[in-house]
Amino acid sequence: MGKLTREQEVYKRWANARKPKPPLVRNTIAAFLVGGLICTIGQIILNFFLSLGMNLKEAGGPTAAVMIFLGALLTGLGVYDRIGKFAGAGSVVPITGFANSIVAPALEFKREGYVMGVGARMFNIAGPVLVYGMATAWLVGLFYWLVHK
Amino acid sequence: MAEKRVGRNTVIFAECPSFVATATTVGKKEGEGPLAKYFDQVIQDPLYGESTWEKAESKILLESVQKVLQKSNYTFDQIHFMFSGDLLNQITASNFAAREIPVPFYGLFGACSTFTEGLALGGMAVDGGFAQRVLVGASSHYQTAERQYRYPTELGVQKPPTAQRTVTAAGVVILERGGSGPFLTAATIGRVIDMGINDPMDMGSAMAPAAVHTIVQHFQDTGRNPDYYDVIVTGDLASVGKNLAEDLLKKEGYDVTDRYTDCGVLIYKPDVDTQAGGSGCGCSAAVFCSYFFPLLREGKYRRILLVSTGALMSPTTYQQGETIPAIAHAVAVEMDYPKGEG
Amino acid sequence: MDYLLAFLVGGTICAIGQLLMDLTPLTPAHVLVLFVCSGAILSGLGVYEPIVAIGGAGATIPLPGFGHTLTSGVIQEIEAKGFWGIFSGVLENASVGVVAAVVVGLFITLIFNPKG
Repeated sequence: MGKLTREQEVYKRWANARKPKPPLVRNTIAAFLVGGLICTIGQIILNFFLSLGMNLKEAGGPTAAVMIFLGALLTGLGVYDRIGKFAGAGSVVPITGFANSIVAPALEFKREGYVMGVGARMFNIAGPVLVYGMATAWLVGLFYWLVHK
Repeated sequence: MAEKRVGRNTVIFAECPSFVATATTVGKKEGEGPLAKYFDQVIQDPLYGESTWEKAESKILLESVQKVLQKSNYTFDQIHFMFSGDLLNQITASNFAAREIPVPFYGLFGACSTFTEGLALGGMAVDGGFAQRVLVGASSHYQTAERQYRYPTELGVQKPPTAQRTVTAAGVVILERGGSGPFLTAATIGRVIDMGINDPMDMGSAMAPAAVHTIVQHFQDTGRNPDYYDVIVTGDLASVGKNLAEDLLKKEGYDVTDRYTDCGVLIYKPDVDTQAGGSGCGCSAAVFCSYFFPLLREGKYRRILLVSTGALMSPTTYQQGETIPAIAHAVAVEMDYPKGEG
Repeated sequence: MDYLLAFLVGGTICAIGQLLMDLTPLTPAHVLVLFVCSGAILSGLGVYEPIVAIGGAGATIPLPGFGHTLTSGVIQEIEAKGFWGIFSGVLENASVGVVAAVVVGLFITLIFNPKG
């Protein structure tokens, strides 16, 4: 991309100043409420696993798995995108949103076949999360090892 | 000697091509909008009985072509050229529909400006004596465009208020030499304008300067002013781009406020899915064919300037951080056959 | 009480995500990447564990919690195995979630079609 000319800069600033802004207060409240609700459901599931005699660490994985199942199922049923339109980050940031980001492209590219469609596209959006999450944890581990060992 | 040109970018038709008939097919959401009663056909399922959305888009274009022939009582043999385009990679919606249409075919890509691009070229073919009769069409489809340009449709994300919804629609017209009008009297061909906008969720701001450039050029080339037209209609600037275009035109010395509207604003009632309004090749095609064409025929409007607008980006270019170039082509459609200029 | 805390902590994390999406040019995908990385780093700094102690699922279900799961596995494995724990630990605690996402995602895709 070349640098913008002066004329382009002026127009861009003028147009950006005039464009309607997202309803910030409404969006943030919706994200807070729905995000909070999803986490409360997570807590119910977590408490259920704890009641089976698991400790907190053991119960984390199964809780995540159940939440992923719920997010994936609601995506398959065509409901999760509607929740997302209302809740924004409230349904994107919880792990159910991670499941949605896996199932949505996979479903959509089913018609391009199971290998190059579903298989290749599944991690279109979730892939970067795994790549950078794992790389960051690895780096944090490296520092930890250098400092402590 | 190019005696049918005036000014820098405008052609004035001598043997003005006449609009014979139009046909439209639209999706469910468009069929629930304010223009619902004007469309020929509304499909309820985005797949429309096909196995993919892409096939469904080709099918609505093909059925619109069949419908316009039926309305005009012409057969494929009597059509000399077809001009059509869409938003899909390699314009496959049009190409695949044209596979079933035994007419010499020009595939066009002007993004959402395709409809007036086709009208201008079709008009020149007819006026030039290269064709007695041509078909001009354009299509777009919400799901096929969304997955190509933006996110999968099932992804739960919010759209910003500047976002637009790609219209599911096909609009087709037949132009011919002779006939009783309305007539295609002039076309101003736009040039590519890039004012540095790079947000694909804000195409209205990217396209407004192109629309304004073409409209101003049209007035300068023809010596007309906004009063000449009963209504000036842009293709898919939607509410954000329409406001910008109005103000930019005022800065250029043209106040169009009392006679200006936009197809992207007309087609939907605003909600969380449509945000600023409609976009897509099918937007101006379907709104002109279903809504403005009958109004011209009934004499409610006598002169319309239709300016379809296109954002010429691809997913590759905006991921690479490129700005969004835009284009707009204007066509003048008039009920009265012009008796020479002036 | 733990339900209320989960609601408040989880809601707050999501509200921060919303502010990032609405006030910056970041797309949802960028916000997800940013959150997972921040969670991994905060966890390494020892900041995330106390948030989990207060918020419970409210801190583990949002994506920074996933970053925390990754880092906590790494540190745990380093303590047990030394250097190679940096590698073996990344998916130590997160493997259930990652495998569930792949397998469940695949089966759901086989069963359903996109509604559009």
